Amino acid sequence: MKRVGLFIPCYVDQFYPNAGIATYQLLKKLGLDVTYPTGQTCCGQPMANSGFEHLTGDCNQLFVDNFAEFDYIVSPSGSCVLHIKEHLHTEKSEPQAAAIRTKVYELVEFLVDILQVKNLKAKFPHKVGLHQSCHGQRGLLLTQMSELVAPYFSKPQQLLAQVEGLELINLKREDECCGFGGTFCVVEEAVSVKMGKDRVKDHQANGAEYITGADMSCLMHMEGILKRENSNVKVLHIAEILNAG
Amino acid sequence: MSIPAKTHPELSEVFNKDEERVNWHDETLWWIRQKRDKSAHSIPEWEILREKASQIKNNALSNLAEYLVSFEEKALANGIIVHWAADAQEHNQIVHQILKKHDIRQLVKSKSMLTEECHLNEYLEKQGLEVIDSDLGERIVQLAKEPPSHIVLPCIHKKKEEIGDLFHEHLGVAAGTSDPQILTEAARVHLRETFLTRKAALTGVNFAIAETGEFVVCTNEGNADMGAHLADVHIACMGIEKIIPKRKHLGVFLRLLARSATGQPITTYSSHFKKPGAGQEMHLVLVDNGRTIQMGREDFRASLKCIRCGACMNTCPVYRRSGGHSYHSAISGPIGAILAPNLDREKYADLPFASTLCGSCSNVCPVKIDIHQQLYKWRQVIVQEGYATSAKKMSMKIMNYTLSSPGVYKTAGKAGRWVLKYIPFAVNNHFNPWYKQRDMPEVPKESFGEWYKKNVK
Ligand code: SF4
Repeated sequence: MKRVGLFIPCYVDQFYPNAGIATYQLLKKLGLDVTYPTGQTCCGQPMANSGFEHLTGDCNQLFVDNFAEFDYIVSPSGSCVLHIKEHLHTEKSEPQAAAIRTKVYELVEFLVDILQVKNLKAKFPHKVGLHQSCHGQRGLLLTQMSELVAPYFSKPQQLLAQVEGLELINLKREDECCGFGGTFCVVEEAVSVKMGKDRVKDHQANGAEYITGADMSCLMHMEGILKRENSNVKVLHIAEILNAG
Repeated sequence: MSIPAKTHPELSEVFNKDEERVNWHDETLWWIRQKRDKSAHSIPEWEILREKASQIKNNALSNLAEYLVSFEEKALANGIIVHWAADAQEHNQIVHQILKKHDIRQLVKSKSMLTEECHLNEYLEKQGLEVIDSDLGERIVQLAKEPPSHIVLPCIHKKKEEIGDLFHEHLGVAAGTSDPQILTEAARVHLRETFLTRKAALTGVNFAIAETGEFVVCTNEGNADMGAHLADVHIACMGIEKIIPKRKHLGVFLRLLARSATGQPITTYSSHFKKPGAGQEMHLVLVDNGRTIQMGREDFRASLKCIRCGACMNTCPVYRRSGGHSYHSAISGPIGAILAPNLDREKYADLPFASTLCGSCSNVCPVKIDIHQQLYKWRQVIVQEGYATSAKKMSMKIMNYTLSSPGVYKTAGKAGRWVLKYIPFAVNNHFNPWYKQRDMPEVPKESFGEWYKKNVK
């Protein structure tokens, strides 16, 4: 059996363990041999996107040491996966790093493209808004982008359609950025918050009870705004919905 | 080199004090982005066109020297007087000399971002000349003594009521007028008078054709033609990257330009200038101003493919909520943020960070510039060259130390769920920017790692 290495990004590990747990359980339910290498920390993206890619050497090496042995590496975070795909390099073990860049998958991508899941047996009787995280959508091509003239498809929607009782709401702006953007959320606090408020409002106006997505970081940002507004709308990582019921 | 008085985050924080205005700015530009989408989606071969345009521009840049030489040859043969300017200063001096030679003290100007980049108006005014911008939007910001905030829609940050006030003050329109029809009419009368009395007209250049030595100017108001045809002297200014090889390539760009910019099928006037009219003098100034340096930077060369349609600004969620002036550079928005650091790394060190790297800009760009990838790359260059703040450097070192060792990472996590503690660069700062308008995530009783240890292994 092929072996899956579970990559749980630092902020999911520290703040949203439930998203990690749901990912683990879902993959187990689907009959996979899943392992969480306990020596992992972070993909290094916060440093790289801040212009400090030159500091990520040790972090990258650690990633390679933890994950080189697996057939697939799967993670509930599109943005971290994209970072690994585009930027994982090491001095010591470049062949392994190169291999990892091609076998690392975001969870939705893995479920749809590799496992080709058709029947999830999940249940979540709620109105849900789907947040397209930019790195997942435009970077990993999880969903067709509104800017391009090309046929529509959506991998997360394909999965959410398999969830019993779930009603996906429409949004006015289908794929606008929420304004998280890694360290952007603090360096550009004013604009980031305004973007988050607008994104949340679109979901609220269209009747969402939950906002979901394939990137916990965007959801963390929107959750911060929702809580500050005392809103009833909650955020849930897509793994938690696909694993529900 | 100089450090900006205020940075993008600071300037956009000020802009965001008035949330109503931000909403209005965002929605107006989003409306244009939607018009662009509709227009693009009505052309099944849109993506093929973008690819073609991108390849033509790549070809033009790869053989730029050759095309420029052939362009000059043809232009001279057509009777155009050609000038070369190494930088902004030289460009301004050339324009000034031409005017001086003819003893002309007033210049009517149609839209040209290049002259904004070179600060021509300021320069000429200092020499005692009068410059009147004839593009309506440009004229409005000129009256307001502001720079344009958008390359296609220079006064998009102004509401019609504010324009009414300006026209009341400068053009004698009745106080409180905000009807766009009346305001446009007033501007038209004012500008018509200008056209009839000025002896020199300056225009920009959208495309210069190497094969024929002609150049094309696209406007919606016809003001470039009006100025150029009525004046004795026509001066056209262009960046050297405006060259396209052949006339047949023009169609590709004209189909893309207006659709990307405003959603129109084509700009109202696409005027070809090939030789001076009878009794007229036609000058063309070819300007480098940092472009050959950018050509030499492989990672950033593609930024020179830009045809200045403004689509990347309209789609940019950050631009829509910052306003163009927050970019404190002649060209704002995503493309401005990758062009500006070429000219002054220190002054524009903040701009490549004014993006979430969402990638929408690269997707709308009609010539397929990898804008968001270049933003990422500029960040690396800016940090390597030492323009990061010391607080940021410190927090990145701590982050690196923590993340490079699983042991340290776990202890730090237990000690206080470190992520938000360090990401906000709160090291030198009691004020946590995350918390200002957002709640912190609830701290779970255990990390995923701890759960896994207990429940799986
Ligand atoms: S970078 Fe592309 S989208 Fe932006 S103004 Fe230039 S051509 Fe238009």
